[in-house]
Amino acid sequence: MSISPLMDKVVAKLQRSDLPAFKPGDTVRVHVKIKEGDKERLQAFEGTVISRSSGPDASFTVRKISFGQGVERIFPVNSKVIDKIEVLRSAQVRRAKLFFLRGRRGKSARLREAE
Amino acid sequence: MAVNGILGKKVGMTQLFDDKGDVHPITVLQAGPCVVTQKKSQAKEGYDAVQIGLIEFVKESRLTQPERGHLAKHNLPPVRFLREVGITSDGGGDGATAESVKVGDKVLVDIFQGEKFVDVTGTSKGRGFAGVVKRHHFAGGPKSHGSMFQMPGSIGSSAFPSRVFKGMRMSGHLGNARVTVRNLRVVGMDLDDNLLMVEGAVPGPNGRYVVINKAVKPPRERRGFGGEETIDPLKTSKRKTKKA
Repeated sequence: MSISPLMDKVVAKLQRSDLPAFKPGDTVRVHVKIKEGDKERLQAFEGTVISRSSGPDASFTVRKISFGQGVERIFPVNSKVIDKIEVLRSAQVRRAKLFFLRGRRGKSARLREAE
Repeated sequence: MAVNGILGKKVGMTQLFDDKGDVHPITVLQAGPCVVTQKKSQAKEGYDAVQIGLIEFVKESRLTQPERGHLAKHNLPPVRFLREVGITSDGGGDGATAESVKVGDKVLVDIFQGEKFVDVTGTSKGRGFAGVVKRHHFAGGPKSHGSMFQMPGSIGSSAFPSRVFKGMRMSGHLGNARVTVRNLRVVGMDLDDNLLMVEGAVPGPNGRYVVINKAVKPPRERRGFGGEETIDPLKTSKRKTKKA
């Protein structure tokens, strides 16, 4: 949805283009920059992409099970905190939002691998 | 001598990420191109200013006769939006100020180059007849137990003073009024497309005309608002005592 052609131009300039293509169901490792004092290090957050939003303020949600507890993290796509994204696996899914995974754990929370 | 402001249009809002990972709301404004349509001088009008018009396609028949005559005086194209903005002289006496800006001169976004803050004046979105909660941020009543939700409550005492005080905040028309937002930080500009990006919100919907001026009262740098290198005097004194 565009507000005006001028706005599209501005937004296009602000978009990041260095991230790989990924979609809901993919297992990704997101490398996040973390500042500790004056040092910067990378921390990885690995999990399943369960939703993506589009537009100039696009974001995506990554879900993982950490110590038996479901953890979700929402990343803005254009955030400079994201150093890089690795796509590890892809799964065959039939919907855009995989929120049904929230109610499941263990075996029933598996997704079918994509060929 | 330089023109202090420019006319523009609100294009839209988006967001910008900084290196810390913080997100900043950004308003994109189309600023100019403008043309100087009239000069006001100390000698004639009693103050120095210029009237500028936003160059944008508009049918000549859309202008009023007086507007057409006013512009035709200097063979200027029809402009949609005319406003007056101030000018600053580069030192110099009264004689020097009158020279450098002429009717017909272009005013572009580059007048804000090197400028950290701007003031934006526009007309806010009209809210119609609004209640006290929306209009004056009253707390409203409880939301259950058979109460009335958004009522103003008591508006005064009874026998004394037997009237409602003037200025009592009540419901009424809200919005569609001239609003100036001061000290919006300039985060970028595009000279090719005449765009100015400022941090924060600007009154009015997308597409409404605004007047952008150089900040009249920019934040004082010594209080730490001007950037990273500036220091807050209160904090520096604390830091010194800690070291000692």
